Amino acid sequence: MISLNGIEKTVKNGHSVIHALKGITLDIEQGEVFGILGRKGAGKSALIRCINLLDPPSRGAVIIDSCDLTTLSTEALREARRSIGMIFQHFNLLASRTVFENVALPLELSGSPKSIFSATVQSLLALTGLTDKREAYPHQLNSEQKQRVAIARALVNRPKVLLCEEATAALDPSAKQAILQLLKEINEQFNLTILMMTHELDVIKPICDRVAVLHQGEIIEQGTVLELFTRPKTVVAKELIRTTALLDLPATLRHRLQPYPTEHSNPILRISFASFTAEESVIAEVIQHFQVSVNIIQAHLDTIRTESIGIMIAEMVGNSEEVKKAIQFLDNQDLHIEVLGYAPRSA
Amino acid sequence: MLHDLLNALEETLFMVFSAGLITWITGLPLGTVLSVTGEGKFLENALVHRVLRLLINTTRSVPYMVLMIAVIPFTRFVVGVNEGSVAAVVPLTLAAIPHFAQFSEKALNRVPAGLIEAAKAVGASSFQIIYKILIPEALSNIIKGLTVTLVHLIGYSSIAGAIGAGGLGGLIIEKGHLDFHLDYVLATVVTLIALVHIIQSCGDYIANGNMRQNNT
Repeated sequence: MISLNGIEKTVKNGHSVIHALKGITLDIEQGEVFGILGRKGAGKSALIRCINLLDPPSRGAVIIDSCDLTTLSTEALREARRSIGMIFQHFNLLASRTVFENVALPLELSGSPKSIFSATVQSLLALTGLTDKREAYPHQLNSEQKQRVAIARALVNRPKVLLCEEATAALDPSAKQAILQLLKEINEQFNLTILMMTHELDVIKPICDRVAVLHQGEIIEQGTVLELFTRPKTVVAKELIRTTALLDLPATLRHRLQPYPTEHSNPILRISFASFTAEESVIAEVIQHFQVSVNIIQAHLDTIRTESIGIMIAEMVGNSEEVKKAIQFLDNQDLHIEVLGYAPRSA
Repeated sequence: MLHDLLNALEETLFMVFSAGLITWITGLPLGTVLSVTGEGKFLENALVHRVLRLLINTTRSVPYMVLMIAVIPFTRFVVGVNEGSVAAVVPLTLAAIPHFAQFSEKALNRVPAGLIEAAKAVGASSFQIIYKILIPEALSNIIKGLTVTLVHLIGYSSIAGAIGAGGLGGLIIEKGHLDFHLDYVLATVVTLIALVHIIQSCGDYIANGNMRQNNT
């Protein structure tokens, strides 16, 4: 549905030239919810603005529904943008217009008469749960309602693609969940392709099918959310994931952690399982088969879209030969194991 | 006296509101062009922006009294006469346009850039961005600018009265200054004060009606 081909973006800043995007190539399928995860300044804003050419790329092709937007005339581009909805972190609603008039704006701009678009607007207000707010002005709404209005406005032209720029970053946690839920429903109901730009893993986890990690203008990693979550390949991805509390080691342990084993240290393992029940039986098996014991430091069940995964951080105690064999055994199971470091044995 | 006063008031109102109307019609587009051609704006154009800025600053830097006399040939060319309230409208308008254009520009510049981006993202043309987004969003501040401009115009029209434009300014020169009728002076001053208050209150009322929606 969306194909980005070697997108480059350079920005002149006084005398220096900033290379904001360095050859981004991505393919996003029809009906997919695709997340782009990156820190502030990674190039997310530049990238999303390249997709609808609000700020055109310096080089590369943006192909949406087999049409290369970079080759279009101004007029054709304006037409093409009508099939690309966009929502923003700060909603960008018109303060002088009511909810109804805000949602109606795109239809008004494309010149359809009010008698025709009234019903369309009404149905979108119903979809986004705003029917009773149609005559309200934006300042009378809370943040969640404002984003709902923005979503209704973005959908009013029946777009093929919805671009979300940090759409939940200005919302409190419960509003964030509600908006993500709404986006998920819209994705399923209309088979709408959604592209989410965010710095928060919490936004990716519940709704994205696939995710790409953007760092300093480059895609450094991409795959399913489950892959990213259980086996991040790059340091940056690991860092981003660590921000969700469960992967962070308790401070007391983190300070004692050493990168290499010594005579008197035990390995600290991070084990990710496809489900939590599997986890328990595998651990039991290890203890039975090998001369080791396992101290569970923390364990956590997480949900990624509809799948649940278990993540456990544990210390393995035993003589080094047995520990090595046990880790080997675990590695051969249907799970992902990573040695985070070695903690010196407490005397 | 009342008859004189009403006549003068009528002339003043004629001068102020015709100049105000022409100023609104020309100053708003001028302010809009200034705003959208500014640096980093969606129709950025340094040449147009600089030329307009220069023009406006030049006109603004000429004191009204000087401007009024300097443009007499132009006034005669436009309206055929160089005396009376009709003739006064020309310099009044010339003085008010740059003022109001600058007010409008500032008001338009305060519209968040995100709104323009959102409009572009749904396929708005530049013209649509201006009249569907920028002007409605900035309207209450533009109206405040117009109010200030009208109050300025009352002041200018009184100066114009000194060189034969009539109006309340003319009345006070003729009856107050030359003939020394204190009652005329008082009546004129009270009328002017009332006029300014009425314009200011109406302006505020209309602008705040818009503001109520704009307080986000």
